[in-house]
Amino acid sequence: MIEAEQQELDVAPPVARVLGQDWSDLPQDLYIPPDALEVILDAFEGPLDLLLWLIRRNNINVLDIPMADLTRQYVEYVELMRKHRLELAADYLVMAATLIEIKSRMLLPRPEKVEEGEELDPRAELVRRLLEYEQMKRAAQNLDGVPLLGRDFQMVTVYLDRLAVKRLPQVSTDDLMAAWADILKRAKMNTHHKIGRQELSVREHMSRILKTLQEIGHALFTELFPHEAGRPELVVTFLALLELTRERLVDLTQTEPFAPIYASLAHAADQQPG
Amino acid sequence: MPPINNLDDAKTVLETVLLSTSEPLTLNELKRVFEDELNADFLRIALEELRQEWQGKGVELTLVADGWRFQTKPDYQHYVDRLNPEKPPKYSRAVLETLSIIAYRQPVTRGDIEEIRGVTVNSQIVKTLEDRGWIEVVGHKEVPGRPALFATTKQFLSDLGLRALSELPALPEMAKETLFAELPEAGE
Repeated sequence: MIEAEQQELDVAPPVARVLGQDWSDLPQDLYIPPDALEVILDAFEGPLDLLLWLIRRNNINVLDIPMADLTRQYVEYVELMRKHRLELAADYLVMAATLIEIKSRMLLPRPEKVEEGEELDPRAELVRRLLEYEQMKRAAQNLDGVPLLGRDFQMVTVYLDRLAVKRLPQVSTDDLMAAWADILKRAKMNTHHKIGRQELSVREHMSRILKTLQEIGHALFTELFPHEAGRPELVVTFLALLELTRERLVDLTQTEPFAPIYASLAHAADQQPG
Repeated sequence: MPPINNLDDAKTVLETVLLSTSEPLTLNELKRVFEDELNADFLRIALEELRQEWQGKGVELTLVADGWRFQTKPDYQHYVDRLNPEKPPKYSRAVLETLSIIAYRQPVTRGDIEEIRGVTVNSQIVKTLEDRGWIEVVGHKEVPGRPALFATTKQFLSDLGLRALSELPALPEMAKETLFAELPEAGE
């Protein structure tokens, strides 16, 4: 809305719509209803923009600015602006100060010649800035007229389903075999180790050992362990032998270190020395 | 794949790869497509012939700052828009003016932009242009505060369909040289 308003102002003759009423031209004395001004001021890009607009509106040559009129009009605008949008006013106030400075300089008598022999007009710097700003403002409009990707034309791309050309890994039968072997290996590690309860009695083995020794008198320690026995049975046999020894029913003898150990019934052993 | 050594085959390959990528391709990238077996001049001829073959269509082959690409012609945008009625947002005057100053006066600092526009440069404007990939910081000015120097990117040129900054629209003539000469006698 604001932008549209500004664009309309830019073209001659200016057309503004204020409170439903069309304004085909701005009054010569630049009186504008305060409400309208609010809308217009919003549309300026800054003090240079406003100044440029005032100059163009009044058909003033940028190169020949009547400072008094322009300054007066400008300050009036800024004053109005300040009432409504204080935060906007800083840049505009600097410009107002600049304008007043230029005006006061022009009232003072000027030195005949400045160095370089150039006569320095106090307005020169302002004119330079106004022209530079106007140039960039128009350059921006020109730039906006250049065809723009996405707005005025599009990139052309054939739609490719990237999935179709996606590189997939190669698989050989060897890989499959290796994978299968791995699975088996892992499955093996995951099998449950079941511990079954085996009722083994130390007493029972003590009896068995005693019975064996009754029959054969004495035996090699290792012979007392059944060949087919599992680990639990061997442990129980060993415990039985220790128990028999502790109860002095069986004697264990070894003639020298690392020599075979013999087991014999205790009384038989007792009899030996006797 | 047999090596490609004739113009027609090369053109077909170029057409295929240019149509199947979403970014412009530089001559070097295109050379890689042929495993560097075709020289740049040969490719340039092929691209030029391809460009001419596409003339008269709604799509054209163009060379922009980022390389070669196929793009629709602005004349047909009107029809393309009908499929997607959502209009791209317009940039504000502030954004466009800032962009022009950077484009025409680069490298510039924020202060330079403020000097020309006469207003403080809103950070949002700079961010908008950076997000669009149109401007970037190319260095810092060796003055107190080391302000960032902004310049436009290759993408900015490509998005405008340009190859180089020199192809930007010429700056409007402002009769600067007559500025001082024409200043009439001061006094009101």
